Amino acid sequence: MTTIVIPRVNYLNVKTTVASWLLTRDHKRIGVMYLVVVALAFFLGSVFAAGVRIELTTPEGDFVSADTYNRLFTMHAVFMVFFVLIPVVPAILGNFVMPLMIGAKDVAFPTLNLLSWYVFVTGFLFTIAALALGGVDTGWTFYTPYSSNVSESNVLLAGIGIFITGFSSILTGLNFMVTIHRMRAPGMTWFRLPLFVWALYATSLVMILGTPVVAITVGMVALERAFGFGIFDPRLGGDPVLFQHLFWFYSHPAVYIMILPPMGVISEVIACFSRKNVFGYSFVAFSSLAIAVFGFLVWAHHLFVAGISPYSAMVFSFLSFAVAIPSAVKTFNWTATLYKGAIWWRAPLMWVFGFLGLFLVGGLTGLFLASLGLDVHLHDTYFVVAHFHYIMVGGAIMGFFAGLHFWWPKMTGRMYSDGLATVAALLVFVGFNLTFFPQFILGYLGMPRRYHVYPEEFQVLNVLSSSGASVLAIGYSLVAIYLVYSLFRGERAGANPWLATGLEWKTESPPLPHNFPETPIVNEGAYEYSKREVKVA
Amino acid sequence: MPNGIVAGADPHGHGHHPALQHHFQTLDQQHEASTLGMWVFLVTEVMFFGGLLMAYLLYRVWYPEAWAEGSLDLDIRLGGFNTVVLIASSLTMALAVRAAQTGAQRATVRWLLATMVLGVTFLGVKVIEYAEKFELHHVPGANFVYEGPHGRQVEIFFSLYFGLTGLHALHMIIGVGLLSVITWMASRGRFSTEWYTPVEISGLYWHFVDIVWIFLFPLLYLVDRAHHFA
Ligand code: HEM
Ligand SMILES: [Cu+2]
Repeated sequence: MTTIVIPRVNYLNVKTTVASWLLTRDHKRIGVMYLVVVALAFFLGSVFAAGVRIELTTPEGDFVSADTYNRLFTMHAVFMVFFVLIPVVPAILGNFVMPLMIGAKDVAFPTLNLLSWYVFVTGFLFTIAALALGGVDTGWTFYTPYSSNVSESNVLLAGIGIFITGFSSILTGLNFMVTIHRMRAPGMTWFRLPLFVWALYATSLVMILGTPVVAITVGMVALERAFGFGIFDPRLGGDPVLFQHLFWFYSHPAVYIMILPPMGVISEVIACFSRKNVFGYSFVAFSSLAIAVFGFLVWAHHLFVAGISPYSAMVFSFLSFAVAIPSAVKTFNWTATLYKGAIWWRAPLMWVFGFLGLFLVGGLTGLFLASLGLDVHLHDTYFVVAHFHYIMVGGAIMGFFAGLHFWWPKMTGRMYSDGLATVAALLVFVGFNLTFFPQFILGYLGMPRRYHVYPEEFQVLNVLSSSGASVLAIGYSLVAIYLVYSLFRGERAGANPWLATGLEWKTESPPLPHNFPETPIVNEGAYEYSKREVKVA
Repeated sequence: MPNGIVAGADPHGHGHHPALQHHFQTLDQQHEASTLGMWVFLVTEVMFFGGLLMAYLLYRVWYPEAWAEGSLDLDIRLGGFNTVVLIASSLTMALAVRAAQTGAQRATVRWLLATMVLGVTFLGVKVIEYAEKFELHHVPGANFVYEGPHGRQVEIFFSLYFGLTGLHALHMIIGVGLLSVITWMASRGRFSTEWYTPVEISGLYWHFVDIVWIFLFPLLYLVDRAHHFA
């Protein structure tokens, strides 16, 4: 066994004052700072989810009032969507590893990167202020005219918060795109890029093209609320459905901002733990771009029952089916990568397995919803809730944890307990299915979403769901516990504990302040595991 | 691959051009990154205005009479004057970039100042226009008054008028702020024939904001004017 060299000066200990963190322009530190804020948002969002699940254990509205319930599910989704799912993989893992992966010293615009973090935190504080003053009750979708003319909750503050946060996302996308174009090390050609980088590139495209639209849309609602402008106001002849079009023009592509980066993570982890090149590399790479582009052409599948013309509904239904193809390409290729691989059973791979199973269910149920006839029955029921949780929590969050477990040794220089991490992955998987599978049935039986009371015959399934949520909570808490513990007691990881390919593993753990002692030169593809003669236990 | 990359170059850029930041290998690479960054930013700006323009398009198709009425109430002379002012400012901006490229420091400062003066003139005229609308109660909201068969929809027109021109004016204000920083840098001799990227990308931004106005002017001021000249 070789002795592990701990770099004397690394990005963590090079300076340790608070100011050195708050003013840092190091992409690695900025990634860690995002982790802190996102973890806080995740915790807050979970508390509201707990409130929702407690209320739903009984058919009567006995835990909270209808009005409070509206605020609970809205604040849950606002925190989870805008402050967790959107930034979780790109801003944390992307910031940390992407420049390392392409052999750069930093992103193209380090100061802008820091500014993005401050913009993000400012938006977060506005949303917290909205919460402190009583929260918002419109649902995370802010449909007009409820949000613009009717609701008496703090829509304006939360809207400003989301508007501001949007710019953090735009600036991160811009930074990543320029970084990938202009900062690659010598020899790092496009088709040698790790697939995570391709995924981030596609994500940046969506951030750049989509986010400004939702920002201006929220801005229009704000003008309407603050000054009485009338852009969506039906009393003047304005069209509230226009809001839905503009909102989903962003928010459908936004679901790909949430899922594309975790998909990139999956490619990295699967290649490493099956010790193989990713099957059909270029197909996986291009499917990311295809998703980014076609994702912009399906938004109206959220409006099938909003009175749009049946002909446009048919087109959007067809395109929604089509957009599932690139996702399927990825799923098949991942499976083919595992096939006859030398599977190395380690915790990151367990999270990947969780992702694969849950994403599959989430994606396929999306096709149910994209079918015109079926959606009339399923729209605004718990079926939809189950669908997107399977993808966003089962897919995106599982994928994030796969990545976090994969790169944690790189980020901190420490190993966590593999056994506990495997147990946690299992707990989350079981808890997740227990929570959300009953919701498919509930929705199919006709239970609408966003109500705090329901008929008695739905109680059994709701109690199942709430108890699953407790298992889920235990699973997530376990992760927090052993990861924090590893910071103090974890074994030293060494530069490359997974014997992985990829430039990020060629520098020390934790990495040096400027990443590499000298600019690396690349002369092979991203996943040449077959050339590595390493035996793994 | 970016041009002129040097493997194993000195990681801190000591002994390099003072404007070269540590994470870039060459000034070329830094210049290309900044320019690409600005172009990408302008794409996001197109989408940003795009949301409002989408609303404009929809309602214009739905309510052509209201659009014609509302448009007639805008002051075409002030709007036209402002259009000329902005086109002139694009010229002075282009001359400033040219001067920076050739290393003519005093000319750079002069043209930048001229651009800022024109930008401020535009904003001043905009204030006059807004004040007039305010007096006529043409600002949407509780105090909006409009006599005419399509008064309600005209309020939508004015909402979009203020939304679009307000957003544009905000961009102008940011532009003038940006140019004051660049002018200050130019007067301190920060730019040279080797390094003038900040002037160039501020120019890109400025031209973009001008182009937005070139679209806004006909879309807002010239709806259906032809019928009223005949
Ligand atoms: C396989 C491709 C997918 C298809 C065909 C699809 C289809 C649909 C359809 C038709 C709806 C509307 C249901 C209704 O409201 O009646 C829907 C809702 C939703 N989907 Fe998907 N989806 C897909 C992938 C995704 C992904 C990848 C995510 C997230 C990462 C996602 C997140 C959501 C969310 C959040 C909603 C509900 C929004 C709301 O009303 O609050 N979907 N999906
Ligand atoms: Cu969608």
